[in-house]
Amino acid sequence: MGTVILLALTGLGLAALYFLVASGLSLVFGLADVLNFAHGLFLGVGAYGTWWAAGNLPGAGPDGFGFVLAVAFGVAAGTLVAILVELVLIRPLYSRTIEQVLVTVGLSLAGVALLQATWGADARPFPRPDWTRQVTGIFGAQVPNGGLLLIIAAVLVLGAILAFLRWTRYGLVIRAGVENREMVTALGIDVRKAFTLVFAIGGAAAALAGALGGVYFGTVSPGQGGSLLIFAFIVVVIGGMGSVVGSAYAAVVVGLVQQFVNYYGTSGLGDICVVGLLAVVLLLRPQGIAGKVATA
Amino acid sequence: MEPILSVEELSVRISGLHILQGVSFTVAPTGVTVLLGRNGVGKTTTLRAIVGLTPPAGEVRGTIRMGAQSLLARPTHRLVRGGLGYVPEDRCVFAGLTVAENLRLAERRGTTPAYDKVFALFPELDRRGRQRAGSLSGGQQQMLAIGRVLLNDNRLLLVDEPTKGLAPKVVTEVAEVLERVAESVPVLLVEQNLAVVRRLARDAVVLAAGKVAWTGDAHELLLETALTKSLLGVGSAEVATPSARSELASPAAAREDQL
Repeated sequence: MGTVILLALTGLGLAALYFLVASGLSLVFGLADVLNFAHGLFLGVGAYGTWWAAGNLPGAGPDGFGFVLAVAFGVAAGTLVAILVELVLIRPLYSRTIEQVLVTVGLSLAGVALLQATWGADARPFPRPDWTRQVTGIFGAQVPNGGLLLIIAAVLVLGAILAFLRWTRYGLVIRAGVENREMVTALGIDVRKAFTLVFAIGGAAAALAGALGGVYFGTVSPGQGGSLLIFAFIVVVIGGMGSVVGSAYAAVVVGLVQQFVNYYGTSGLGDICVVGLLAVVLLLRPQGIAGKVATA
Repeated sequence: MEPILSVEELSVRISGLHILQGVSFTVAPTGVTVLLGRNGVGKTTTLRAIVGLTPPAGEVRGTIRMGAQSLLARPTHRLVRGGLGYVPEDRCVFAGLTVAENLRLAERRGTTPAYDKVFALFPELDRRGRQRAGSLSGGQQQMLAIGRVLLNDNRLLLVDEPTKGLAPKVVTEVAEVLERVAESVPVLLVEQNLAVVRRLARDAVVLAAGKVAWTGDAHELLLETALTKSLLGVGSAEVATPSARSELASPAAAREDQL
């Protein structure tokens, strides 16, 4: 029983990580039709920003408020990069899909190369509060606190995004834009501002995933964003392009399947099962769990 | 009277197809001007070019002016904020949003939305505020699509096939609303239902093969059997069937009939 609970909670921790990356990816694709392969870069910037701030930013550090400040710095850096990417590289290429893919793939590769050139290719130990290295006993299972932190953060982010979509004017514009972007402009709304906003939201969530992923894995490396991005894309497709709630459900399914199958089967079999699940969803329900709706 | 809209030598190419080939016409500053033509001649393309919704891959040439202002190359949201209201074909309400949210989305910053006017015309929208727009009937969705535009002051309304696919009773309701709306704002209407055209339109522009084939008084056009047959593919008997006539006849026309 303890093993099942441990697997379930660590699976949910993984799901939380996937959700933080996938939520922004899904909104960006749902609203702006941009398949952003550079989304992993925002995660990398968040992770390295937090790592750098913990050691260099006055007031920041690996513990207490200093760690919160370091994470805030990392999230701010990821958000800023996301906004710049949208304004400088993506905005001139809306409705030019091939060019978008080329630019975002190129940016992703260049970003990893830049991180490697600056801080080296090897994984570096991530500064984290001592309590995140410890475990908490839940129904007989010793669950790592880092995983629990990710779950709590993902639930808070999900709640914040849903509240934003449900209660704010820009949230309304995004929900409408995911359904019919052209009609939003035909009502006199400059939808490009919403594009920038969803990039900023997505960048912030991915950067938070980078910072908390560093806590979860204990290290930070230049390629971390890219490897997580593959599963985030799977989550987005299974959840339904543009649906934050769909992404949350899909992340839970993917995280749990990976964790349980990898434990009870062969290591790596969980990843194959997730790809199989993706194929089944594409065949039986191509629009994903929630379809193209920015749910609030 | 100066026209509210003038279109000169409008040419639109989309994906290699030369859909509009030098279309020129004007829209009067009052009443309804109807854009007619067989399927596929470019009526919707014309409206979409005016409101700046030609696909990015498309190419638009010519001149479009609303008053003294050139509309070409201006982004759609600026045209709409400048008083160009657009009701698209197939309604395009946001199915996942409630009726109230659909209306709230159309509110413009710095102006007072005319909910009283909209709810006076469509009381059902007030009652169904919390209902998802996707669960409304076709007629209710059309009312929402028109109501959304009427929340704001407009200098010109572009309305694309508002009665398409609606039940006869709802067609009458929509025609009544457009008739009342046209008393205060000029309308450029694309419409296939000639009974509705007969009731609403004062001026007509007929497109054929991407060009303007005829312009003039709408009622004169509908009385010319040979003309309607050649331009629209219908005879005058089909312009307004007895049932359509009785359902769509305006109160004034009905009184004249009684006299």
